[in-house]
Amino acid sequence: MKHRTFFWFILPTLSAMILFIFLPIISVFIQSLHIGHEQVLVVSESCGPFGCNETVAVDLEATEKLRQEAPLGQFNGLATYFNRSHLASVEVAEAWRTRQSFGSFFSEITNLPFYRALFFTATYTAIVTPLVIVLGLAIAVGVNNLHRLLKGPSIFVSLLPFLVTPLVGSLILFWMVDTDGILGASLQTLFDDPSLSLKASTALTWTMLIVYGVWHTLPFSFITFYAGLQTVPTDTLEAAQVDGATKWQRMMYVVVPHLIPLVSFVTLMLLMDNFRVFEPIVSFSAEAHATSLSWIIYNDLRESGNPLYGSAGATSIMTIIGVCILLMPVLIRIWRDFNRKAH
Amino acid sequence: MATKADTRLTVGKTISYALVALWLIIAAFPFFWTFWGSFKVQADFLSKADWMNALTGANTIEQTGSAFTGAGYHGAWVLEGFWQNALNTGVVVFSVVVISLTIGTLGGYALARSGFRYAFWILMAALVFRAMPHITLVSGYMLPFFEWNIWGLLPTTIIVLVAINQPFTLWMLHSFFLNIPKDLDESAMVDGCTRFQAFRHVIVPVMWPGVITTGLFSFLLAYNDFTVTAMLLSDENETIIPAINSFMGTTQVEGKIMYAVAAVVSATAPLFVLILFFQRQIVSGLTAGAVKG
Repeated sequence: MKHRTFFWFILPTLSAMILFIFLPIISVFIQSLHIGHEQVLVVSESCGPFGCNETVAVDLEATEKLRQEAPLGQFNGLATYFNRSHLASVEVAEAWRTRQSFGSFFSEITNLPFYRALFFTATYTAIVTPLVIVLGLAIAVGVNNLHRLLKGPSIFVSLLPFLVTPLVGSLILFWMVDTDGILGASLQTLFDDPSLSLKASTALTWTMLIVYGVWHTLPFSFITFYAGLQTVPTDTLEAAQVDGATKWQRMMYVVVPHLIPLVSFVTLMLLMDNFRVFEPIVSFSAEAHATSLSWIIYNDLRESGNPLYGSAGATSIMTIIGVCILLMPVLIRIWRDFNRKAH
Repeated sequence: MATKADTRLTVGKTISYALVALWLIIAAFPFFWTFWGSFKVQADFLSKADWMNALTGANTIEQTGSAFTGAGYHGAWVLEGFWQNALNTGVVVFSVVVISLTIGTLGGYALARSGFRYAFWILMAALVFRAMPHITLVSGYMLPFFEWNIWGLLPTTIIVLVAINQPFTLWMLHSFFLNIPKDLDESAMVDGCTRFQAFRHVIVPVMWPGVITTGLFSFLLAYNDFTVTAMLLSDENETIIPAINSFMGTTQVEGKIMYAVAAVVSATAPLFVLILFFQRQIVSGLTAGAVKG
């Protein structure tokens, strides 16, 4: 294909991506270097019979004018990145200096908003991803053994939790685990504790979010592994059987090795998905116990009347850097493949 | 070769079947429960006394005289104006799917037929863009959109969603076009077609299966989006997903929570129909990138 033709074909999609993905990243970065204007204060002196009083008032008009003239705010350099609500360099150093044990340092750190979110995101990802892969594989093997007529309906049912809007899916579960909902009420009876509420404790909220995460992403790994199972070479399976391999051995030494490339694909997709966990926190109103980086950005922008663009921008940039680091192994592998093909 | 050992019910098989059955119940039950409960009153759906009420509808009979009530749906669709949100969603989703497929097909075709190094870099950039959480971009939109007075409008949101959709669409259509033999359009060009004519007359007629699969995922992305639509649309232009979220904020009042339940069921219904008709395409689309490696 000639360069010219290529250019015209790619132009619409490329300009959409440059205008609405690439430039916004630049804009986010510039915003993160700025901080909102402080309010303009006027000091007026009012003198009465008992002496003079100084009163400080906010000059709304001047503040508004300042905001109009420079909507970005004042230049702040990288200071936002290191303040208390982000990397909190001062607080971390302080906590490290005054630590009694590693545990106390850790709990001090996880009280800071950024690290709290990071800690939840990491725990969530570390628990959901392996669970989903193992269970997905087990269910895929089970469905593969089902009768032909049952396979279609099983896949249909399985697709529902995956394709349902995350916000809606988590709301559905949220109503069920409500203290008056079926699951919440059943748990109360089961543990004989009428005050038991899944929303009240941190551990239970985390469990609830993780259960939602597994419910929501399990279908993806199941479907992928199921599709992979259809391509397992029957010759090898039969050869193993002739050689006297048991079912379990055939599974471990023939089927699983065949699926290993899929495992890395599924892991990657799950990592990217779990890293951006966000909607369930909104649906479950779980922010008191669990936050994620995405939720922090959302919260900063929701700040009514006066969104904290600088703060949201700084978190966004750090999230993007995190995604790039996660993605690095894949990018390197694709790059190698491309070079091998080119030569 | 089904030997006797294969057909006999072993312990392993039983466990495996039980696991599948358990999963299917866990997957389907919440939907069934919420659908059933959406026709009850709140005292039954979130029953303080006995969860059996949610099945039998004791309070619903007491309050309305019948075991099923459409009050939640009436409240959501008519009183709260959910129909307006549904209309907005229709406009947004339809435009996003049409526009992103149109420009994505052209781009994906070009990327599949070009071996240049910069085509490769575009694909790499698209992969990175695709992995980024959408919320990270939103703060980049808000300030400029406010300044230019285009915040809150449907067309703005449509264009943003199209752009966010492009990386995925490009990758999917690119790998799909790679599977259409090069000889097809090249022989057309030998016969005197320009590149665009070859695309128009030779490729377009055979590309529909891939385009439909990609379109399904564009649909899902636009329909399921919460971050972009919640942050970039004004109240009167809200689509259904952010509308459900704002329902939640205002429905602490007794009875109003059923509006949200009804809205949730209404929002799930189109997805249900979609899976019913396009199950095969969705499954093939999900695994397209994976099985081929």
